[in-house]
Amino acid sequence: MAATHKEPVVVTCIGPLNGPASSLLTWVEQRFPMMENWRNHLAEYYAPKNFNFWYYFGSLAMFVLVLQIVTGIFLTMHYKPDASQAFASVEYIMREVPFGWLVRYMHSTGASAFFIVVYLHMLRGLLYGSYRQPRELIWIFGMLIYLCLMAEAFFGYLLPWGQMSYWGAQVIVNLFTSIPFIGPDLSLWIRGDYVVSDATLNRFFAFHVIAIPLVLLGLVTAHLLALHEVGSNNPDGIEINDHKDAKGRPLDGIPFHPYYIVKDAYGVVVFLIVFATILFFMPEMGGYFLEYNNFIPADPLKTPTHIAPVWYFTPYYSILRAVPPMFNSQFPGVAVFGIASVIMILLPWLDRSPVKSIRYKGPIFKSALTVFIVAFLVLGYLGTVPTSEWGQFGEWLGGVDRATVVARICSVAYFAFFILMPWYSAIDKTKVVPQRVTG
Amino acid sequence: MSDSQDINESRRNLIVASATAGGAAAVGVALPFAASMLPSERAKAMGAPVEADISALQPGELQIMEWRGKPVWILRRTKEMLEGIKKSDPNVADPGSEVPLQPDYAKNAFRSIKEEFVVLEGVCSHLGCSPQFKGSDAKAEMGAEWNGGFYCPCHGSKFDLAGRVYKGVPAPVNLSVPPYTYLSETKILIGDDKKGA
Repeated sequence: MAATHKEPVVVTCIGPLNGPASSLLTWVEQRFPMMENWRNHLAEYYAPKNFNFWYYFGSLAMFVLVLQIVTGIFLTMHYKPDASQAFASVEYIMREVPFGWLVRYMHSTGASAFFIVVYLHMLRGLLYGSYRQPRELIWIFGMLIYLCLMAEAFFGYLLPWGQMSYWGAQVIVNLFTSIPFIGPDLSLWIRGDYVVSDATLNRFFAFHVIAIPLVLLGLVTAHLLALHEVGSNNPDGIEINDHKDAKGRPLDGIPFHPYYIVKDAYGVVVFLIVFATILFFMPEMGGYFLEYNNFIPADPLKTPTHIAPVWYFTPYYSILRAVPPMFNSQFPGVAVFGIASVIMILLPWLDRSPVKSIRYKGPIFKSALTVFIVAFLVLGYLGTVPTSEWGQFGEWLGGVDRATVVARICSVAYFAFFILMPWYSAIDKTKVVPQRVTG
Repeated sequence: MSDSQDINESRRNLIVASATAGGAAAVGVALPFAASMLPSERAKAMGAPVEADISALQPGELQIMEWRGKPVWILRRTKEMLEGIKKSDPNVADPGSEVPLQPDYAKNAFRSIKEEFVVLEGVCSHLGCSPQFKGSDAKAEMGAEWNGGFYCPCHGSKFDLAGRVYKGVPAPVNLSVPPYTYLSETKILIGDDKKGA
């Protein structure tokens, strides 16, 4: 870099500019690399021409992030992070603030939409090997975004101060208590009190509205910078930069602007149709997006009979419940729960297949991925219901809950997918990868 | 400024030393921020030990106190109740209170300082619900083995009158015994076991 003089700005893509507009742009460009960034990241960022349906979810995730930030700002104008007023202030937003119900439901539905979009975005990465060399850091930044998102959702869920807010936070903070030696002091430090209380609510508010969002924005920037450094993967899992024309442009690439801007805008429109349908006709999604118990104010002396987290946490919650207490401690379950939520970060080093994309991978990997997805979904479902949901096995199996046994099998499958991957991905029979993308 | 391309070792050392000192200072400054998240003086005052007057407690009666937002039970056990606890030994998961959920002075057959009075945190060791008292007359409901105890309505965990968990219920361990001490024959201090607190 460190260019002492700049080439005259050539504005393509946004039409020819003459006269004062052009000289203004030149004046700006000599002081701030506006057009340079525009070119590097949009107009001359070449993305593979064969993106398919799965490639909508990255830009949609960004769209939902903006939606959450904007609706969140407007909610903080009316919300009160005070244990004695929080629940009432949310009801006030819902009933008395003009369009408050809309903004609140956009935010609560947006939270679930965020996870749906992010889970599909992650599945895309699994399908096409987007985490493989040289995209390991994109994947790691992405996983950190996912972890931040979980923290953001957890902190945010306490704010309405309903029964499920309160008891969910109680159960999750108590998980830290089981960590040997530092556990009790750590959970005391997290709560700022001996029970979940006003102090906890106030600090969760601070984390939710400023601390985590700032980290999240930084990580999204890093995620995109890393992506634009190495270029996008594609459904064939091959590098478009290996075949360039005389001007150094990838033969199988097209500029992100205008081609993918238009495609992603189409995706946003379809997304908004689905989003608005949920928003206006079933904002609580039958208790999955907003749990019924959360419309009852928090009561520290009365536990709801069935405590379940919101759906996007339930796969991990199932794993937590599936691990029996060992050595009279819940800690092994908590540790497994923690490992389950971060193990995906290791994927770039676990996959030893010579090919990246599922299109050229063999039957073993395809079966493994299918089992993993089924296990994840079953765990997700089981986490929303009591363990007694499917009744008990007879005395011959010690009368254990059927659902618990299924959750244990699925937990093993979940981990086996990762732990055995270096082995099965290496021995799998792969197909021949084409030189150029197949459209 | 020197035009020499050589590394000036003494300057380099100074830079490393200042960076180290700066890093240490940054860690030092982070401490008050981390400490600001600890319970405040007000929260600590609210969580202070509470005094229970047990002079009016009749045999077989349960007194409920609140300490740190949790219900704390004081049960005055009758002779029959204490015998019931002994009879429950084969039915409970941890009859010897091996799991450290009680101060050392309550790690005994009846999990209490004085046999007659038991002090327990009324919070289920499963998911934190508050169990209910069920006397030995609840055999019809609780089964023939029942000698009185506590029953958690949330997930069906059972505890005996010393707060010991029954086998085969969701709760993994016994109920906790909070730290406590007798200030006098009729006064118990809950939350602190150092006299004169």
